[in-house]
Amino acid sequence: MSDLNTIIFGLVLIGGAVGGAAVLTWFERRLLGIWQDRLGPNRLGPFGILQVLADMLKLLSKDDWVPPFADKVVFVFAPTAIVVAMLLGFAVVPFSPDLMIIDINIGLLFFLGMTSLAVYSVLLGGLASNNKYALLGGLRSAAQMVSYEVFMGLSLMGVVMLSGSFSLRDIVEAQSDMWFFIPQFLGLYVFLIAGIAESHRLPFDLPEAEHELTAGFHTEYGGMKFAMFMLGEYLGLMLISCMIVTLFFGGWLGPWLPPVVWFFLKVFIVICFFILLRCAIPRPRYDQLMSLGWKYMLPLALLNLLVTGAIALSMEG
Amino acid sequence: MMESLFYLASFIALVATVLALSRANATHALIYLIVSLLAVAVIFFLLGAPFAAALEVLIYAGAIMVLFIFVIMMLNLGDSGVAKERQWLSPRYWIVPGLLAAILFGEMLVALQHHSAALSGKMISPKAVALELFGPYVLAVEIASMLLLAGLVGAYHLGRRFLARTEMEEELQEELKEQEQQRAQP
Repeated sequence: MSDLNTIIFGLVLIGGAVGGAAVLTWFERRLLGIWQDRLGPNRLGPFGILQVLADMLKLLSKDDWVPPFADKVVFVFAPTAIVVAMLLGFAVVPFSPDLMIIDINIGLLFFLGMTSLAVYSVLLGGLASNNKYALLGGLRSAAQMVSYEVFMGLSLMGVVMLSGSFSLRDIVEAQSDMWFFIPQFLGLYVFLIAGIAESHRLPFDLPEAEHELTAGFHTEYGGMKFAMFMLGEYLGLMLISCMIVTLFFGGWLGPWLPPVVWFFLKVFIVICFFILLRCAIPRPRYDQLMSLGWKYMLPLALLNLLVTGAIALSMEG
Repeated sequence: MMESLFYLASFIALVATVLALSRANATHALIYLIVSLLAVAVIFFLLGAPFAAALEVLIYAGAIMVLFIFVIMMLNLGDSGVAKERQWLSPRYWIVPGLLAAILFGEMLVALQHHSAALSGKMISPKAVALELFGPYVLAVEIASMLLLAGLVGAYHLGRRFLARTEMEEELQEELKEQEQQRAQP
């Protein structure tokens, strides 16, 4: 793609991602409603889709308040960090063979780096709020996200071994014979769980567990700044879904339909699966979450690495 | 183009580092340090080392700095911490380090005039880095891994007494449960 096309596509992507996140808030509630045998928001417009607009108007017109005891600059800066980091993460996602912003040979590492930068939003939000609940939420999320990042990275190394590249386009093209979720089912399993923990979605939303921490790190946030946190969370969900599809389900690959359609279809199914998880699994206790990570996920990821490495070596030799 | 980007990133890194040193509020100082690390990552990328750039973001900015902030959250410094820090930042402490740094800076300027290293524009792929690391430098990798293992064992040893305590608590709770069950059975 030429430079101008890339810029236009980038702008479209930012708009699409933010708009998609907004629609996702409504879609999630409707889908949860269907699965839990109730209706969900169905009043405004066809199927209730205008609920998104109403929510946005409400959030935009709220008082943009900064608590007097908060660290003002950091308090305002924190919610933007997660949105910026997540949007930057979309830059390396290959939507189709020629529909991507940049194809660099460290694409996968770039994605991991951006998700690890998103931690700051939660951490600094909790710290700057100067509030006990927020501080505890921030602390929890720091511990949770840093530890799950470790096996998130490790679980993907099997994919890198099989495709021999960090470039996401090469990874998708290496899956033309077999999608990686078959040889890398352990990697997929670990990455899925780490992905939920990393985007701190239910059932792993302990940083903001409302039954014990009121709202965790965003207790003091309201209006647009709160909306930014939510936007970041939904962007994170979409980014993780895009990466799961790219790394394990063959990205744009598929018969008959054009590549982009395949990509978005797969992403849609993965997002639905995430929403299903939300309504099916209860929230674990905090120490359970941490011991699950270090005692099961890490050995599993290492085992996957070892076995994949051995098989790749024997196939080559 | 590349050169001006390089100087811009270097400028940001320098300013952010100086601000990180001179802030009294520990959180603000750390945010500047993170910015400085990101700028260094950009510099690495421009110099043709994308793998080093990615690791800089992932490990330094994404993990180590997070743990720094984690510690600051635990310490609960508050306003008294800021006041104390401000006391330590009085100008007279800056004189000697400033002088020494100025000498080094002058030395660097002279050295740069003799060897003007232009940007080569050559990209070193992650694969090339790996081949070097596990080829001629494999011994260094092994020594680093041993060092890390020692650190891990040390951390486990330091944390062991807290581990023992939680185990004791669990045992106590189990005993209590057993007693209750015995009481429930007539």
